[in-house]
Amino acid sequence: MATDQGRVGEGPLAAGTEVGGFRIRGLLHEGGMALLYAVDAPEGAAPPPFPLLMKIPRLGFGSHPGCLVGFEVEQMILGRITGPHVPRLVASGSSDGAPWLVMERIAGDNLAEAAARAPLPVAEVVGLTAAVAAAVHDLHRQNVIHLDLKPGNVLLRENGTAVLVDFGLARHAELPDLVEEAFALPAGTGAAISPEQLAGIRSDARSDIFAIGVIAYQLATGKLPYGAPSTRSAMRRRLYIDPLPPCSLAPALPPWLQEVILRCLEIRPEARYATAAQLAHDLAHPQQVPHSERAARRHRAGPLVVARRWLQALSAPAAVAPTPAQHLSRAPHVMVAIDLDDRREAQAEAMRAALRRALIAEPDLRVTLFAALPEQPFGEESAPELAHGQQTAALIALRHWAAPLRLPADKLRTHVAFGSDTAGLLLGYAATHHADRIVVGARGHSALRRFLGSVSSRVVAEAGCSVTVVRPPRDNELTAAD
Amino acid sequence: MRTALLADIHSNLEALQACLAHARREGAGRFVFLGDLVGYGADPVACLEIIAGLAEQGAPVVQGNHDAACLGGILPDMSYTARDAIYWTRDQLGARERAFLAGLPLAVAEEDRLYVHASAEQPETWPYITGTLDAARALAATSARIVLVGHVHEPLLYFTTPGGNPRAFRPVPGVPLPLSEFRRWLVIVGSAGQPRDGNPAACYALHDPAAGTLTHFRVPYDAQAAAKKIIDAGLPERLAWRLIRGE
Repeated sequence: MATDQGRVGEGPLAAGTEVGGFRIRGLLHEGGMALLYAVDAPEGAAPPPFPLLMKIPRLGFGSHPGCLVGFEVEQMILGRITGPHVPRLVASGSSDGAPWLVMERIAGDNLAEAAARAPLPVAEVVGLTAAVAAAVHDLHRQNVIHLDLKPGNVLLRENGTAVLVDFGLARHAELPDLVEEAFALPAGTGAAISPEQLAGIRSDARSDIFAIGVIAYQLATGKLPYGAPSTRSAMRRRLYIDPLPPCSLAPALPPWLQEVILRCLEIRPEARYATAAQLAHDLAHPQQVPHSERAARRHRAGPLVVARRWLQALSAPAAVAPTPAQHLSRAPHVMVAIDLDDRREAQAEAMRAALRRALIAEPDLRVTLFAALPEQPFGEESAPELAHGQQTAALIALRHWAAPLRLPADKLRTHVAFGSDTAGLLLGYAATHHADRIVVGARGHSALRRFLGSVSSRVVAEAGCSVTVVRPPRDNELTAAD
Repeated sequence: MRTALLADIHSNLEALQACLAHARREGAGRFVFLGDLVGYGADPVACLEIIAGLAEQGAPVVQGNHDAACLGGILPDMSYTARDAIYWTRDQLGARERAFLAGLPLAVAEEDRLYVHASAEQPETWPYITGTLDAARALAATSARIVLVGHVHEPLLYFTTPGGNPRAFRPVPGVPLPLSEFRRWLVIVGSAGQPRDGNPAACYALHDPAAGTLTHFRVPYDAQAAAKKIIDAGLPERLAWRLIRGE
């Protein structure tokens, strides 16, 4: 169906050419692997509510053998993933022997434009990195690892939502891995490829966390942490030589953000964030990020450490969960709704027991203790100070509640919200911060809560995740009421 | 039209019925039987009646080594249990069943697909596809883009790679796999009547030519009943146990 203006897949097609019923409007981008066109839907068909993009891989003489494989992988995986963080696949097929696919064209900036302006202000680095992390978490939840994250593969919708594109190197845990490992170079981009990808491991979701770290480093400093090497041996340097701490390049960078970025860039995947959701959560709550040696680092590691890592790099990497889904199941975000007015120790102990069991089965979990306080009825002037005082008292009470659990600092977060709609606040926080489970007491104790109705029943009905409703073994209050 | 592919039914009526019912619920409008309809199990005549009925409606059926063995011969290549089951089965089959088995082809080609019991390479010698080299030979012996086989009782796929040996992939039950047009595929559909991969649930595959996908399914069925019939019929007890354990 291509006209004589050019064969599909060989050179740029002229506007007006029809491919698979779609009419070419114009060339958008001429990449090394594929050509991207703006297209119109076939006449007569109901036009989709978004603009369309057609991708045609380069298949002419001398094209890279990865072009077709990458296209094939993208076609396979795009057909399986949904949601606001990936473009919607509209159609795919082949014309003139050349394959094509049509997907949603995202109207918005490419993150590469932001990267070109780097170093960026801290708030912008945090916002963009959090947007990418949220998108990556949504992808991992669909059992897919991107494995080629870089600014050029992230688009930003007008509302700030990040959209991941180019799934040519991606891996879907339930589909065959078509990507060739036999090519001379490891599959990935030199600047952002993770240490385990260099060892040929393509099933670790934390490889994407590493790539987010590279993006954040670049946005914060304007430099690439490992440069952009193009040979395998040059890429392998990241197995033992760590990047210059970003604070030494951008002195305005707060230590907590350096802590976050360097944790993403840890050589061993198990030392990085367990999930992109935990990373996004930390970016949203900087004051709660526990500082390790990483926050204060000013220099690269010395030759002794490098020598030790070099030796370690020779040994086999640690075992990896076989799929992102299994990995995520070990690292849930568990929110615990705590009623600070409830003085029943049996209730608190039953909830802590639920958390102790979770800690055994889900070793990489993160717990957020959540409490809601009523809004301040005081005069406007004194309100902020009073609220602050109340919030501090509540945070101390939450930490005290969790003390018997002896959770490592990194696994515990707290949050105090203000408002009268406890269930609504809880549900909103759970949705924003990718909670996988909410643990809530069976029913509120105070007379006020009883009057307003049960928080737990509304949370159970409306939450987008699992909800565990905990009741102590023998609930005295309930027994008395019966 | 969606096509359900069943292999290695081995006279297991309970498994056959469960797979057919499951496939119909999944929208299968056609059936293909990839050989070894009989042998091992206690219901050869009942199974053949169902399969011959579907064959009359156009279902392709190919012959397996156990089907051929039921027609005669001294079976030097078979294990003692398999041989005992064949001798027992021969006694059960009437002239009609024998004629049906004798009339089955070794392979059936249809559009871009080839149906064969063991391998496209010398199917009459019943080779087992146990690795990428066997898969490469099977794919080299035919021009069909998709080769669908049974014989090996574990579900598995092989796909061609540019300039290399085929690679294997263990399908996830219930997940449709897009059979990319740029490759060739060898599909081992798994055994309906005698699974051996540790999962006793019956196995079959569903091909959807319109979507270009293939899905393996595992169907739980009353293996206890099938096993009891084997013991009651006086067949080797081991054949009953392996249905319960799926090994």
